[in-house]
Parts: sequence; structure tokens; C-alpha cells
Amino acid sequence: MNFTNLLKIALKALGNNKMRCFLTMLGVIIGVGAVIAMLAIGQGSKNSIKAQISEMGSNMIMIMPGAERRGGVRQSSDDMQTLKPEDYEAIVNQASGVKYISPMVSSSGQWVNGNNNYPSQAQGVNTQYLDIRQRKVAQGEMFSEADVKTAAKVCVLGKTLVTNLFPDGTDPIGKVVRFGKIPLTVIGVLDEKGYNTMGQDQDDMALVPYTTVMKRMLAIDYLQGLQASAVDEEQTQQTIDEITEILRTQHKLREGQNDNFNIRSMKELAEMISSTSTMMTVLLAAVAGISLLVGGIGIMNIMIVSVTERTREIGLRMSIGATGRDIMSQFLIEAIIISVTGGLLGIILGSLATWLIKLLAHWPVQIDPSSVILSFAVCTLIGVIFGFYPAAKASNLDPIEAIRYE
Amino acid sequence: MKEDRNMERREKQYEERDSKREIIRIEKLKRYFKVGDETVKALRGVSFTIFEGEFVTIMGTSGSGKSTLLNTLGCLDTPTSGEYYLDGIPVSGMNKNERARIRNRKIGFIFQNYNLLPKTTALENVELPLLYNSAVSARERTERAKRCLMDVGLGSRLYHKSNQMSGGQQQRVAIARALVNNPVIILADEATGNLDTRTSFSILTLFQRLHREGKTIIFVTHNPELSRFSSRNITLRDGHIVSDEYNNDIQSAEEVLRSLPEETE
Repeated sequence: MNFTNLLKIALKALGNNKMRCFLTMLGVIIGVGAVIAMLAIGQGSKNSIKAQISEMGSNMIMIMPGAERRGGVRQSSDDMQTLKPEDYEAIVNQASGVKYISPMVSSSGQWVNGNNNYPSQAQGVNTQYLDIRQRKVAQGEMFSEADVKTAAKVCVLGKTLVTNLFPDGTDPIGKVVRFGKIPLTVIGVLDEKGYNTMGQDQDDMALVPYTTVMKRMLAIDYLQGLQASAVDEEQTQQTIDEITEILRTQHKLREGQNDNFNIRSMKELAEMISSTSTMMTVLLAAVAGISLLVGGIGIMNIMIVSVTERTREIGLRMSIGATGRDIMSQFLIEAIIISVTGGLLGIILGSLATWLIKLLAHWPVQIDPSSVILSFAVCTLIGVIFGFYPAAKASNLDPIEAIRYE
Repeated sequence: MKEDRNMERREKQYEERDSKREIIRIEKLKRYFKVGDETVKALRGVSFTIFEGEFVTIMGTSGSGKSTLLNTLGCLDTPTSGEYYLDGIPVSGMNKNERARIRNRKIGFIFQNYNLLPKTTALENVELPLLYNSAVSARERTERAKRCLMDVGLGSRLYHKSNQMSGGQQQRVAIARALVNNPVIILADEATGNLDTRTSFSILTLFQRLHREGKTIIFVTHNPELSRFSSRNITLRDGHIVSDEYNNDIQSAEEVLRSLPEETE
């Protein structure tokens, strides 16, 4: 019996039970669709994290005041004031693995230019900040070391601030804007960076010498944090150890005492986020995979019913010359047609769902071709595996008994 | 004296038939079934030879072994012992697949309950045996099936589905299906058992016509009346042949059909 004939017979049999066939297929459609959509979400979020990390530079190190947080215990404000400008100077002078380092202090408030105002941040940094974050000044210039020393009233605006404070398009360079009550001269505009994958507008801020923020805006003598970058990615951990040692000495911490600061590298953070997202992906795919399995069991169930129902037909086919193999192929092909058609429709459904998620929820999604191939292969395999038992059952029927089956 | 005459006649017939092709030869066919601890002896040594062009009725009450004999002749079952040659080919030692092939090429089955595929046209039903013969092309398949359907008088119902036809029409489709592979033997199992008298005789008429055209037919039935319409009658009882007689006065089913009163409400 050639394949075309078998295919014809199987299609005819399925056509006789369209509704049943479709409902069985639905199990596979939903299963495959779910697997594809879940993998697309997982892959998308992983990719966006990766992109973000490479954007920030994986050799970035963040030093935060206060001990490592444990289980959301509230920290006293004293703990948050452990990083001093002297610590920053000590690191600059002593740490060999640090390429760039910048203190971080920020103040939120209203930026005002004449009639226009806009709420945003004044990010207090030093001149090395641009190198750490890989940003550039697009227009005008960055403030100088001298400006930092004198706590000069200057600022470098982000693009979002420029468009909101100068909506008529006038050149902001040299203009004086106010942050709260403090007048600041605009000396530069940052390059445009757009939104990051967390949905933050990276242009919605202005850079101000950190000394200006500390003395003139917040009137504090401590730093809210430090950002540094290691000489290279491999030395990140070494640099972290070095900084830890310097800070412990600075803070006169005895052996056994906990650090009153904590240091994180971007790499560490990236790994943490990406492992979480991998776990989520696996979990989602597993749940989707189970629904695919249930779809497969549905195929087996319906094939068993079909074999029982068509016992007489099987008996007849055998008595007019069908071999056990012919019968087996017929039912196996029926099962495979259901699973393959279901798989194809499932891929379409999954792609559609992915597209909808992107459109409506703005999640980063990406359909990996390998996930399509994988889920299609799995569902074909499921058709074969779950179709095999009923098909074998059919082919082992005794034609004499089968044809008299009532 | 009567015995002698019978003997003479039979010898003459044998001589006649010796020149003809042997279609079926069975020798001391035995078939035992194990049912629990007991052994049921369905066939206890049956031998006969059927030549080309014979129309043989096999009679017997239920339990006589006629169903088992039919299954064996149809290559659906293998005998416990004894030899079976179909068209000169030894069947007794064949495996399942070989038997499936020989059924496909050499035998045409007709069943009491027609056994047509549901929701399937007459044409597709008749094509079915040829589907399992890869030597027949799709085109030839359809042509042969059409010819057979026209032959049984259903030329105008090629595309009727099996559930849209009467019992008689369904049985005609089944006969066409049994003819389509040009079998050496047609095996009918109570082929008129489900039909009313008129339809039975019209089907019998069809069988007689096929016989006249030279087909070899075995017709298994428990209805002793039917022996009048065949050329030979074998009667089984308890797994033995109790009689094997030639009928030189074959009654025409067509005439009987004509003599029947017209159907009235």
C-alpha cells in the first residue's frame, strides 16, 4: 500500500468525524501555542537583559551604603550615611583595579526655565561618570574638575529636560535654568539614549557636580553611593575585594564585624536577573509542555475510541487484503495528521499570541526559530508515541472476530 | 441400480472436470479450538476439490463447522492439520502477511451484513480491495470499480453513499467489491440472510449469472432451499461432510423471482 493511498484513507476517516478531530487537535494547538508563546516571552526578556547589561558595561561596580539588606529589615538612616567623600578619595588613591569612579548623590525637584518647568532629578556626579556609563555630551561640554572643586552652579541636561524646558527649540547652552531655588548655567546637553529595558527614560535627568548637590541642594556630608568601573571585566571581583578592604580600613571595622556598605557588580546583577528569567522560562515552558502532553493523551484517547468503533471496518479491510502493517500505518498516519496539523496551527496561534503580547503589553518578546522547530518536533513525536498504542491494537485484531464485532 | 447410475454420472462429471483448473483442494482439513480445558473439534478431517466454474453451496446447521470451513477457505484462519491449495498454491503454512496478500489477489468476500464502509460512496467501497494492491494505478482502480458496479446493475448509483442505499443495493455493492480484484473464488457468507424474499432472489439471480459467466462461487448458508440454485451442494454436520452432491437440474432464480407476487403494501 503506497503512502498516497494511506494518506487518502486517513484523511477520509478524519473527515468523517470533523468535530471530534478538531477538538482533539485543539489540545495540541493550545499546547504548542502555549509553548511557543512562553518561550518567546522568556527569550525576549533574556535578550533585553543581555542588551541592557552590554549597554551598561559588565565591568561596572556599585557601592552602596549600609549593610546588605536581609529580608526587608528596615535600616536606620545612620546606616545609609556610611559612605563619606573621604572614602571616595581613599579608593581613588589606593585602589589599582579601578579605572573610573564617581560619587553618586541625587536630588529630585522641579526644573524651571521661565514659564516652563519639569520635575526631574539632579544627578550629582564627577567628570568620570560619562566614562562609566558610556555616555557623551552631544552639545556644549561636560563640567570640569575645577567646577567640581568649587561646587559650581552648572549643569548638563538630558534630552528630555531640554525639550521640556526649551520647547521653542532655542539653544540651551549658556542659558540659566533653576533647580528649585538654585540657578544653574547650562553648559552641555547629553546624547540621546532613549528608554532602557526597564522602561526608564535615560534622558530624563541632568548632571550636576556632586559637590553642588551635596552642599547647595541637600546640605549633606555623605555620599548616597559610588559607581566605578573595573579596569577590565575579569578583574571585577578582584577590584571588589580591593575596595572592600579599603572601605573596611576607612570605617575602622574590626575582624568579624559586618560591612556597613555593600558592593555589587553589574555582572553579578546580570547573572542574578538572567538566572531568574531562565528559571521563569523553564517553568512557563514546563507548564505549557504539560498541556502539550495532555493534548497527546487526548489523541491517544480518541484513537482508542476510533479503533474500537471501527473494529468491523478493520476486520473488513483485513479480510480484503490489508496487512497488519497497512492497518497500523493507517491509524498512525491519522494520529500524526492530527498532531502535525495541530502543531502547525499551534505555531500560528503561538505567533499570534506573541504578537498580541507585544502589541498590548509591550513586553519584549522574541520567537526563537529553534523553539518553533522544537515544539513542532515534540508534537510530531507525541503523535507517533500516543498514536502507536491504538494503531498497534488495531493491527493486532483478528479479522475473523473483528468482522463479526457488534 | 440407482446407486450405480449415480456413480456413473459422477465419474463422467469428474472426467469432464479433470480438464478444468482446480481452484480449491483441501485434504483432511482439521481445525481444533482450545476453549478452556476442552478442545472443540470444529472440523474433523474434511476433503474436497472445487473446480473452476462451479457454484457450490455449503450447508449445515450452526455448530456444523461451516463458518470455520469458510474462514479457512478464505485464508483468514489456518487449519490445525491438513492441506489447503488455493489455485495450486499451498496456503496451510502461510504467515499472516502472505495470507493477507493472497486474500487480496485471489478471493472475493461477500458478507451477510454487507460490511460496507459507512459514509463512503459505492465507488470508493468497490475500489477498496485495489487500494491494497500497489500494482493497480489510481486510474485503473476507478475504471475497474466502475465496470464492476455497472456489471451488478448499479451504474447509476456510483456516487451514492452506503447509508443512502437499500439492503439489496448494498449487497450489490459488496458483490461488485468482491469482483473487482478478479478473484479465482467468490466466498459468500449467508449473502441473502439479511434480505427479504424478492431481494434474495434478485441477488441469487446475480450469483447465477456470475456462475454462467464462468465464476467460481462458494455460498455458505443454513437455508437448504438454496441448494436448488447451485451446481453442487456440500452438507456438513459436526465437522464432517455428510453429503456432496451435484445438481444437474439447476433451478433459475430469475424464474422464481418472476413467479413471486408483485410487492404490495
